[in-house]
Amino acid sequence: MTTQTAGSGQHAASGAPPPLAVDGLDVTYRVRGSDRLAVRNVSFQVAANESYGLVGESGSGKSTVALALTRYLPPNGRVSAGTLSVYGQNPLGMGRAALRRYRSRTVSMVYQEPGRALNPSITVGRQVAEVYEVAGLSRADALDRTGELLGKVQIPDPRRVMARYPHQLSGGMAQRVVIAMAIAAEPSLLILDEPTTALDATVEAEVLELLAALRAEMNTSLLFISHNLAVIAKMCDRVGVLYAGELVEEGPARRVFDEPRHPYTVGLLRCIPQRGQRKDHGRLDSIPGFLPEPGQAPSGCIFAPRCLLAEQRCREAPPPAAVTGPGRISRCYLHAQAASLPRNTPVDLQLGPPPAGPEDPVVTVSELSKTFSSHGERVQALTGISLVLQRGETLGLVGESGSGKTTLARVLLGLIAPDRGGKIMLDGAELGPSIASRSRDQLKAVQIVFQNPDSALNRRHTVRQLISRPLTKLAGLSGAALRERLADLVRSVRMEDRQLALRPRQLSGGLKQRVAIARAFGGGPQIVVCDEPTSALDVSVQAAILNLLADLQAKEQVTYLFISHDLGLVRYLSDRIAVLYLGKLMEVGPTERVFGGPHHPYTEALLSAVPRLDGVATRIKLTGEIPSAADPPSGCVFHTRCPRRLPSGICESAEPPLTEAEPGHLLSCHIPIDQLAKLQARG
Amino acid sequence: MATYLLRRLGLAIITLLLLSVLIFFAGQVLPGDPARAILGPFASQSAVASLDHQLGVDRPLLTQYWSWISGAVHGNLGISYQYRSPVAPLLGAALVNSAKLAAFALVVIIPLGVIGGVVAALNVGRPADRLISLTGLSAATVPEFVTGIVVIVIFADGLKILPPSAAAGPGASFATQLRYLILPVVPLVFEFFGYIARITRASTIEALESDYTRTAVLKGLKRRVVIGRHVLRNSLLPTITVIATQTGYLIGGLVVVETLFNYPGVGRLLYNAATEKDFPMLEAGVLLIGAVYMTATLLADLLSTWLNPRLRTELSR
Repeated sequence: MTTQTAGSGQHAASGAPPPLAVDGLDVTYRVRGSDRLAVRNVSFQVAANESYGLVGESGSGKSTVALALTRYLPPNGRVSAGTLSVYGQNPLGMGRAALRRYRSRTVSMVYQEPGRALNPSITVGRQVAEVYEVAGLSRADALDRTGELLGKVQIPDPRRVMARYPHQLSGGMAQRVVIAMAIAAEPSLLILDEPTTALDATVEAEVLELLAALRAEMNTSLLFISHNLAVIAKMCDRVGVLYAGELVEEGPARRVFDEPRHPYTVGLLRCIPQRGQRKDHGRLDSIPGFLPEPGQAPSGCIFAPRCLLAEQRCREAPPPAAVTGPGRISRCYLHAQAASLPRNTPVDLQLGPPPAGPEDPVVTVSELSKTFSSHGERVQALTGISLVLQRGETLGLVGESGSGKTTLARVLLGLIAPDRGGKIMLDGAELGPSIASRSRDQLKAVQIVFQNPDSALNRRHTVRQLISRPLTKLAGLSGAALRERLADLVRSVRMEDRQLALRPRQLSGGLKQRVAIARAFGGGPQIVVCDEPTSALDVSVQAAILNLLADLQAKEQVTYLFISHDLGLVRYLSDRIAVLYLGKLMEVGPTERVFGGPHHPYTEALLSAVPRLDGVATRIKLTGEIPSAADPPSGCVFHTRCPRRLPSGICESAEPPLTEAEPGHLLSCHIPIDQLAKLQARG
Repeated sequence: MATYLLRRLGLAIITLLLLSVLIFFAGQVLPGDPARAILGPFASQSAVASLDHQLGVDRPLLTQYWSWISGAVHGNLGISYQYRSPVAPLLGAALVNSAKLAAFALVVIIPLGVIGGVVAALNVGRPADRLISLTGLSAATVPEFVTGIVVIVIFADGLKILPPSAAAGPGASFATQLRYLILPVVPLVFEFFGYIARITRASTIEALESDYTRTAVLKGLKRRVVIGRHVLRNSLLPTITVIATQTGYLIGGLVVVETLFNYPGVGRLLYNAATEKDFPMLEAGVLLIGAVYMTATLLADLLSTWLNPRLRTELSR
């Protein structure tokens, strides 16, 4: 097959067919009797040993492309136009046996949720060995090879892991197993569909490093699918940006992210806080409007309805792919002006005054611990946490999963009772251990915005009912006062009155989260716990929600406890940061001190694990798994993974106290702060 | 594991005790007098009173309950009013008969239901699926006595190829016993096929749509291997639990079928005991059915725990 589209970036060299050539691909889903185009006219090629990234938000069709390549579209989906070619083979035209051979030898895939991609009732070793058995090895040989392979993906003690079932593995370990399974047959094309999205930053960094190492060693082309621009920037040579099923921009990854030539790419990049951007530097930009309804193709450019540069011609005819540089294309008439896309959000929205004074505590937590017991084991989820939350500030809470972030939030909310001895004071009065023991005013004062608005909102209620409920129940409003406050809240979260009659299923994810935020603010809270409030949302929606949270805080002078695994977001929104590891506070301090360093070795490792859009940062390796909270290490809980552990043995034997190393900056480490500064300056 | 078993056994004993209290006092509330029921309407009042005294039913309720339950614990289930002989051997013989019928029924129902469910799941939305689902549903809505009478009329009265009664008589060979049980099994198949097929279908569809099945298919495994090794291993777990809970019903609850086919099982025995106010028999029988139910569910739970690695490793800790 030769390339016909002028702008498909790279032309196949004559002779050997390219590892992957997608040409004019349309994928259609049949939904309730009508056809919906999920992927339209997508063309790209992946060269030998190249890593190609497909990036886009949900609904962009990136996973659909992967499914089409493996011919595993759901029963209602089909390739309605275009061709696929993997080393000259076309999976769409294969018979059963040929398709099996193609899937077992030519192409393999790594999935988003490793825990679900593995069969829960078969041991890990058998599942990997199957790949070798398909290739014709005996069972014994297959198991031997599996042992070697698991060693290659850096699984310690492979023989022991092989006898385990998937639920006995951590997420990172399970993903290594899935990767092993995918590379076992030495495929020519490896598809990675959001391989690190479900993992912690530290584990993500390890998995990405493993993939990079394997890639250098193997003779494989990579198709890397992700919504995370930084991950793509780190892993890919070239990138294609998908929007609503169309490839809108393509080119060398670094160039595309440094100097985007499509308004959508420009907008997407502006939604992410970059290079230490903070809320007091100005608001994040956002992309106006919504994805087009599936099946509704606008006559012109697909992005035109949301594009602030759009002209008449953009709405009339779809723009052709324009070559904007060596190996670069952009489907935009105005690609030359893309960088001058007007902002959707003004930069200089006025900001509230910074937190009143240094000493205006709203919540004081002292010596708080929480022990869970299960199956006779005692799991220490929180140990001796002491924290002060100032009025009107945002305290960012970071740490890997299992560090106790959510437990702390739930204790604060009164959803679970802490161990005896700990104390939480709200405005000078003690907060009871459970909801039932708290007064109405106290309940009103502490509210939460959950991660997933889908499950947090009662789907049978209308938006009006959802937002009114806390107003009547907690704030005790009725009649005209209720209507006034309702209207005020709806305006505050930038929703429209006509949306009051809708029910959650009629709202997009971002709108649902706005309702959840309005609900949380309904009772006039003093502190709002935001537990991963944007992690279920797309990047462009996330920016708008973060802006909204910042605005509401400035307006209502509330305190946020902001929990997120995304350190970029935490840095953008937080005034101070608290770092948790295995239920203990490692570090507390002003955001810029914690991020800028000198910082705790754990914080250092967390920060260096985050892939960045600009340049490559040296990574401090964290080795090993997070220890079990049922059996925490002696001395400093972090010593088993600490890259800066002292040779004297003090880290193993004695627990360092959390002490104020400099004004307002607390550290729990045996290494003095000036020593840390020297170590970390050297990198 | 041991603590789990002990806990389950403890719970079972408590449940049985509660059940014994319930059935004992329910028996007291029923109208009628045991001696009157035994002696008939023309016996003199003094004869009734003296028999009541002999049976011990004129003692205070708590005393009666205590002597009954302590006897039951020691294996003495009392004397049947109706047959004037100990309850235990009568009940034992009926239990063996019921177990035979249940076992035969299960041997037919399980493969039919499971295969039906899997075939329907593999052909979702296609005619095979519609046919199986519809057949199962309509068969289950027909009452047992209707199906039972229809098969008796056709196969026993009309074609005369099978006996209308299920009891093969003492000393009959295994083959003869099976032949006699064919007709009574038919209404049971009608009742349970759709249920088991539907559970199997639902869980198989779920497994087919799972991520791990996708992984298996994309490994290039043959369809046969994907289904046998990856899908069924997970999708049959709920079916097993359902089957085991139905076993309790098959052993103790087949009043209609046993009566219709004149089969000496537990269901018919208890039905008679209830109509004849044979309280010792009724109480012992209900306790027995309770014990059978609990054993069946315990076995089902152990089996599904053993088949499910997640539960298994949790228990073995």
